[in-house]
Amino acid sequence: MSIDKDKIKHISKLARISLDAKKTDTLAKDLSSIFKFIEQLNELNTDKTEPLSSILNEPLRSRGDVVNDGKIREKILENSPQKNEEFFVVPKVIE
Amino acid sequence: MSELTKKSLTEIANLIKKKEIKSEEVTQSFIKNIEKDKKLNSFITKCSESALKKAKDFDKKPKLDNLLPGIPIAVKDLFCTSGVKTTAGSKMLENFIPNYESTITNNLWNEGAFLLGKLNCDEYAMGSSNETSYFGNVMNPIAENTVPGGSSGGSASALAADLTPATIGTDTGGSIRQPASFTGTVGLKPTYGLCSRWGIVAFASSLDQAGPMTRNVEDCALMLEAMAGFDEKDSTSINKKKENYSKNLTDKIKGLKIGIPKEYRVEGMPKEIDKLWENGKKILKDSGAEIVDISLPNTKYALPAYYIVAPAEASSNLARYDGVKYGFRSSKGNNLIEMYENTRSEGFGDEVKRRILIGTYVLSSGYYDAYYLKAQKVRQLIKNDFDQAFKKVDTILTPSTPSSAFKIGEKKDDPISMYLNDIFTVPVNLAGIPAISIPAGHDNNKFPLGLQLIGKPLDEQKLLNIAFAAEKKINFKQTLNRWWEK
Repeated sequence: MSIDKDKIKHISKLARISLDAKKTDTLAKDLSSIFKFIEQLNELNTDKTEPLSSILNEPLRSRGDVVNDGKIREKILENSPQKNEEFFVVPKVIE
Repeated sequence: MSELTKKSLTEIANLIKKKEIKSEEVTQSFIKNIEKDKKLNSFITKCSESALKKAKDFDKKPKLDNLLPGIPIAVKDLFCTSGVKTTAGSKMLENFIPNYESTITNNLWNEGAFLLGKLNCDEYAMGSSNETSYFGNVMNPIAENTVPGGSSGGSASALAADLTPATIGTDTGGSIRQPASFTGTVGLKPTYGLCSRWGIVAFASSLDQAGPMTRNVEDCALMLEAMAGFDEKDSTSINKKKENYSKNLTDKIKGLKIGIPKEYRVEGMPKEIDKLWENGKKILKDSGAEIVDISLPNTKYALPAYYIVAPAEASSNLARYDGVKYGFRSSKGNNLIEMYENTRSEGFGDEVKRRILIGTYVLSSGYYDAYYLKAQKVRQLIKNDFDQAFKKVDTILTPSTPSSAFKIGEKKDDPISMYLNDIFTVPVNLAGIPAISIPAGHDNNKFPLGLQLIGKPLDEQKLLNIAFAAEKKINFKQTLNRWWEK
């Protein structure tokens, strides 16, 4: 399937990545050739095949919901691009 | 250059254990080599000072009953290291300093090793040539302007150039085995779940697996032994008893059955690689193994299925990079949404964007069944192929890559030709099984070529043993003119 510029604009919006016109063009070309390659899979009949989502034979384990570190607020905030006292700061979201 | 840095990990560990050398001496020798890394560009962060301090501390109070006593080790910059910058080769994480340690690196430190530095890699481990790193290309020590492979390219380059005695990488579609093959080193991708993924920057969670990269098979067994083990913090970690891979290493492989899959003889494969494969068969036969022709009929569909599954998982894993809690944030944008969009546009490189968009598309409304579900079904067929084959054979022998190392820029503008590099390595990740690449010869340009051994789930010991037997007979030698030091 060929992927046109409108499709690229749509998925880049879903993925929250802004693209300029030149990038949109290149990506439309790249993705079209990649999907042509991917679509070889249509040669295979998989009507009777179960999908494989995990190669592990057992179900995923869950662990107890317990605090095992905690009290690391300051450490976590150290990596934030913008902070104010003990809060992450983001652009205004409520008018 | 000190002769010490040419020695294998096992030799260095034994010399330290016998108190014939000190950790400080070892560390100093590697630091000396690392100081000349500029042209190779294999390091993103050097930890020379802290490594020397740790070496001195070790020498004051040596603990010699560990697997890696007083050994400095540089690791791929995809493993979170507490208090040391962890970039994943991306502008997005250029200044990210984790406050926790990945389980795998922690396991190494618990065995007596310490951090020597963080190694360059493709951005978020997406690439096969180390050309997608925000921190620049890595050169292959075998020749100038040649790629080391990827995504663990910095790891392979630093190891081959004697800048670290051993290292660790991650392998989602071949990212340990392909660079090992391109640099004449040994690389192992363990069974999915054998090594914890906790604290590794995620790419495609159902495929990612950490593994050792070493000078020889004996070192590989030692490193795997130090790395492997159950981890409660990784819900896909396999709960099993630890194995003594290095102690149980043997070259006695008489009677083992080795499968040769006809589908791996691909069109346009260089004659040299065919010859290498034939030689591999002969060597294993001479060691007493039996060669059996097998078929893995769905091999050609592995790569297209991978390019649905891996980008899909990547697009959801990388959704966390939004410029709010950590990492890069763009200064442009008038509202929250624009801030997200500009952050991700400026923070991610082209290949990462390409894969996020592929993944977003295959998971978007109306396309899920046609792509993602289809790929999962094909993944089942690939796994069935291996299950059938392993009813007849113990291990499968293939070439590691369809070519030797290529020039920088050669495949950069054609994503498909770049992706085809992983044609022999990707099926293994889809099936979650282990595989090892060992150096097995050279092409006409004297560039190294690797052979791959693929095993049943959790059959790492057998893989290592066969690789050990083959290594002895192959007697691979590589001399480097150390062009990057001139």
